Amino acid sequence: MSPRQRLLLAGCAAPAGAFFLAFWLLPVLRLLALPAEKGWGTYFVVLTDGRYMQSMLNTLLLSVAVTLATLVIGATVGIYLARRSFFGKRMLLALLTLPLSFPGVIIGFFVILLGGRQGLVADLSSQLFGERITFAYGLLGLFLAYLYFSLPRAIATYAAAAEAMDLQLEEAARSLGASRLRIVRDVWLPELAPTTVACGAILFATSMGAFGTAFTLASKFEVVPITIYNEFTNYANFALAASLSIALGLATWLALFLTRQFGSSQAMR
Amino acid sequence: MRQPTHNRAPFLFAVTALTSLFMIAPMLLSVLAGLVNNYSVGIKSGFTLRWLQEVWDVYGGTVGWSLAIAAASVAATAAIGVPCAYALARSRSRLARAFEELLTLPVAVPGLATALALILAYGQIAAFRQSFAFILVGHIVFTLPFMVRTVASAFQRNDLVALEEAARTLGASFPQRFLGVLVPAVFPAIVAGGLMVFTLSVGEFNLTWMLHTPLTRTLPVGLADSYASMRIEIGSAYTLVFFIVILPVLWALQALAQLMQKRYGT
Repeated sequence: MSPRQRLLLAGCAAPAGAFFLAFWLLPVLRLLALPAEKGWGTYFVVLTDGRYMQSMLNTLLLSVAVTLATLVIGATVGIYLARRSFFGKRMLLALLTLPLSFPGVIIGFFVILLGGRQGLVADLSSQLFGERITFAYGLLGLFLAYLYFSLPRAIATYAAAAEAMDLQLEEAARSLGASRLRIVRDVWLPELAPTTVACGAILFATSMGAFGTAFTLASKFEVVPITIYNEFTNYANFALAASLSIALGLATWLALFLTRQFGSSQAMR
Repeated sequence: MRQPTHNRAPFLFAVTALTSLFMIAPMLLSVLAGLVNNYSVGIKSGFTLRWLQEVWDVYGGTVGWSLAIAAASVAATAAIGVPCAYALARSRSRLARAFEELLTLPVAVPGLATALALILAYGQIAAFRQSFAFILVGHIVFTLPFMVRTVASAFQRNDLVALEEAARTLGASFPQRFLGVLVPAVFPAIVAGGLMVFTLSVGEFNLTWMLHTPLTRTLPVGLADSYASMRIEIGSAYTLVFFIVILPVLWALQALAQLMQKRYGT
């Protein structure tokens, strides 16, 4: 490539590069350096302080649980719908994937509408059992909300993946006498493994970094994004907020990295 | 696609039915709640538009600002992203690959962290900090990778390389080649990328909540405010406003993208 061509390409990338440098890279590098101002120990505060460790564990466990549940349910629904045709199917799929464009706060609000003090479930349960059941403000509400914003992505992914599934393998297995469960385990799972790993990674990363939903629900179950927000807003604790952000980013990246390794090692077999 | 021989799958059907109910019921509920006189009484209290009116009075501005910021994000990411995508598609250097990876970091890093970084770096400049430009900058940084990635893969098509080479040998200057041959060829990808940017910007909350001030609020920020401090009918009516205003825009853009796809190919 001639030097003139190289210069041209550099010129094309320059505006974006300059913008990115000025408004993301340099500010983030400054953020990374911030905890050091309060001492090197600040970087490890997530490991040393019980409260932050609890928050990190909460977030990890919630994200893992949501990811697994979403993969199972999303795969079931996505594959089932892809293989059926009925009146209104496209409408149903469009409705089910609609929440992808919602901000997280709306989904928190939905859970309050369903399970809050004035919620649908409270009304139904007071009519049936005489007692108002509310679940919106605890762990169950948070879990259902996270499930709500994760399912559309999984359903869309698996509906697309279902198109590429090899029906001949399935028919062969069935003609050899395999039960439905056996087919799921021995035909579907290996076929869908790459899709599952990729989708699971996105779901996990989204759950780890989700803020708006937990913010609206104001749940007692504290997740790291809320902790970061509280540290910054209530205590103007920039360095601590920065340290927790780094910890969150690292934990997410590590989980994604391990999934990629696991995925590629499976592929090598 | 060949359908498998239809066997009854009651378990799968049950899961699908339950999931559909779980996903759709809240949407219907929130639309209903925004239109009734009194949520605790329910439908018996009658329907009204007064909550919608109240939402429009208090939060009406946020709708316009959200749409404006989304449109500006599309324009900005197209202006700086399309040339950048071209450079990344044509360059084979390691620096280019590293830059491409770096560019996607704002998506992996939690929005809160990006917002913190911006506040730390530019929070002192009051005029900037308190303007919508501050929010716009955050949106652009977050949505740029989507535009660049989409358009870069379109630029890499082999027939496009040949087309560009032909134009060059015929004596076209770079601006002529870029605007006359390359951009029209990847236009469907630009539209698809633009749609992604618009959708992401309109729904963006994590970044915007940290960057906003009471005078610079977008629709999601207003929603969070109404859920926390207003009665449930107003929150529902505001959610309904989101559906009424934003969804048709998104659908129209999607239809436009599909039209582009059909008429001009990938």
